[in-house]
Amino acid sequence: MTTTPQADLKRALAAAGYVADDTLVMALHLALTLGRPLLLEGPAGVGKTEIAKALSEVRQARLIRLQCYEGLDAAHAIYEWNYQRQLLAIRADGAGEDSLFSDRFLLRRPLLEAICQAEPPVLLIDEIDRADEEFEAYLLEILSDFQITIPEIGTITATSRPLVILTANGTRDLSDALRRRCLYAYIDYPDRDTELAILARRGPRIEARLARQIVGVVQALRREELEKKPGIAEMLDWAAALAGLGINDLTEDRAALRATLVCLLKTAADRDAAPPELLDRIIGKVA
Amino acid sequence: MQATRFPTRAEGLADRMTGFVAHLRLNGMHLGPQETADALAVLAEIDATDADQARRALKVLLVPGAEGWRSFDALFDAYWFNAGRIRQRAANAHVRTQSARPMLWQAHLCPEAGAPEGAGETTPGGGEGEAEGIDGRLIATRTRNLRKRDLRELMDEDSRRAAERAARDLARAIRDRRSRRRHQAHRGADLDLRRVLRASLARGGEPLDLPRKTRPDRPMRLVALCDVSGSMTVYARVFLAFVKGLVAADTRADAYLFHTRLMRITPALRDHDTLRAAGRLSLMAEGFGGGTDIGGALTRFAEGQGAQALNRRSVVIILSDGYCTGTPERLATALARIRRRAGRIIWLNPLLGWQGYAPVAAAMTAALPYLDAHLPANTIAALAALEPHFAKL
Repeated sequence: MTTTPQADLKRALAAAGYVADDTLVMALHLALTLGRPLLLEGPAGVGKTEIAKALSEVRQARLIRLQCYEGLDAAHAIYEWNYQRQLLAIRADGAGEDSLFSDRFLLRRPLLEAICQAEPPVLLIDEIDRADEEFEAYLLEILSDFQITIPEIGTITATSRPLVILTANGTRDLSDALRRRCLYAYIDYPDRDTELAILARRGPRIEARLARQIVGVVQALRREELEKKPGIAEMLDWAAALAGLGINDLTEDRAALRATLVCLLKTAADRDAAPPELLDRIIGKVA
Repeated sequence: MQATRFPTRAEGLADRMTGFVAHLRLNGMHLGPQETADALAVLAEIDATDADQARRALKVLLVPGAEGWRSFDALFDAYWFNAGRIRQRAANAHVRTQSARPMLWQAHLCPEAGAPEGAGETTPGGGEGEAEGIDGRLIATRTRNLRKRDLRELMDEDSRRAAERAARDLARAIRDRRSRRRHQAHRGADLDLRRVLRASLARGGEPLDLPRKTRPDRPMRLVALCDVSGSMTVYARVFLAFVKGLVAADTRADAYLFHTRLMRITPALRDHDTLRAAGRLSLMAEGFGGGTDIGGALTRFAEGQGAQALNRRSVVIILSDGYCTGTPERLATALARIRRRAGRIIWLNPLLGWQGYAPVAAAMTAALPYLDAHLPANTIAALAALEPHFAKL
């Protein structure tokens, strides 16, 4: 009965190891069919970056990643001339201007790289909210026209339109202009069943009972007032740690359990916020 | 939630979709006609008869951010399934009732001209002790501090210059030192290779000129929000002079007054004719009531165009004593919103200069976590003395 393209995409993503909910699948489906960028927001560690990886696997497309940071500029995001080689070329064989500003000396940074591919790649612009506003404005131009102007060469138009995925953590608000150009999906922590499915797919081989306990504890911890709530990556790390220690039941070995909590609680304040009594209570509930 | 009845006589999908987008707009999402067209195009891509699919597709397309993400499902049901609730149309348009206290601020701004008109709108003789947590201590100091000064003195050359100087020094002290972009410069740590190469072409490829580049310190943009409520009357003069200085020193600075309402005063402060500026300010001050709704004023600021222009290189300066009739939660929410856009939030508090003052007022306690600095300020001299603090930010 499920023969819609969304259902196909969902199955393909699951095969690539990504468990996506229906809304996210719809977002990806529309991004693919409409050719619009997709903006993903949500807390850290819910798998925003993983989506791009899974999608590139599904589409068998190249994944080009641009990690944003404060002060990211055109030379690092779009293109740069290889000046050292240019200088060498002038000295060694007296290269003229035409040959100096040719493809040979052009360093393609992720954005230029992404529009020069023969096959449409997946372009992941990670943590866009870390870059400053100027870069956001620059990005708008590229995302709407998919062309880049290099003064020495001219305008380079996209040979293929990349599928653009932007992620943001909410460290600052993004401009309305950028939001309006993008489709949007907010990814929250997964519910119990989804998280169990993720653990089964991505985690170590463990018993179903331990998996239920792990997911139960992590979900309970997320409801506490923590500075940094444990994400999916933390949950998987913890599962791997427990499996590595050969623990089969959380209720058995409390000391080892507390020792492995470093995988989940990553600030001193959070460790204080989750005292042994709280953990005992949580484990009592999930066991 | 604002409810929109499903239009029974709507003709066709386009009409209904227009209604839906209007319904979302009514509920706080900024959507234009382009979005309506996109929404119709999206429905063609999916199985539009499946309500769940349509809901997900429209959600992905139309919701602009995390806030709308949570409320969309309810809004969708309300419109397409007529599940909305019509809000009681009461106590909405005119919630702000005139306070019973005399308009101290207005009387202060223009004692000769302002008082007669002002007296008509207020009920004189109201108790001094009510509203915004004015305690005995504050009133005592007010009588002590209250000197015979009016708005003309605000525009007096000397104090204006002193305020401007203080403001300019402060604006200069706050520099953005985090810039990682490099700019061309005479001296700098790095060679600007792009320019080196360009310059060398004229000399047959010999890099003789070596232009350099460096990381520039960039000025921060200042946005001042000045509280002019009753409890701030004593300081309003100083603060307004300071704000005028800020606005005069930097063409990109922005300034607002707030009381129970929020008002942009940048154009008035930029007026070169000082007398006319005084007149315009007095006009704006008219209609100000008694209580201070800091949370409400900041919320309006955060929702308005002013906050749209904020970026990481902006510093929001709030000049207020933190006595507030609104709820502390509202203030905290508003500050959190501003926080996400602005680089820094600085609260200049005249009461902080007092011995033994502790920010125990509920509003202040709620605000503290969102502030980068909470600094004392009650005179121009005190403001000027803040420079080292600002430089550290």
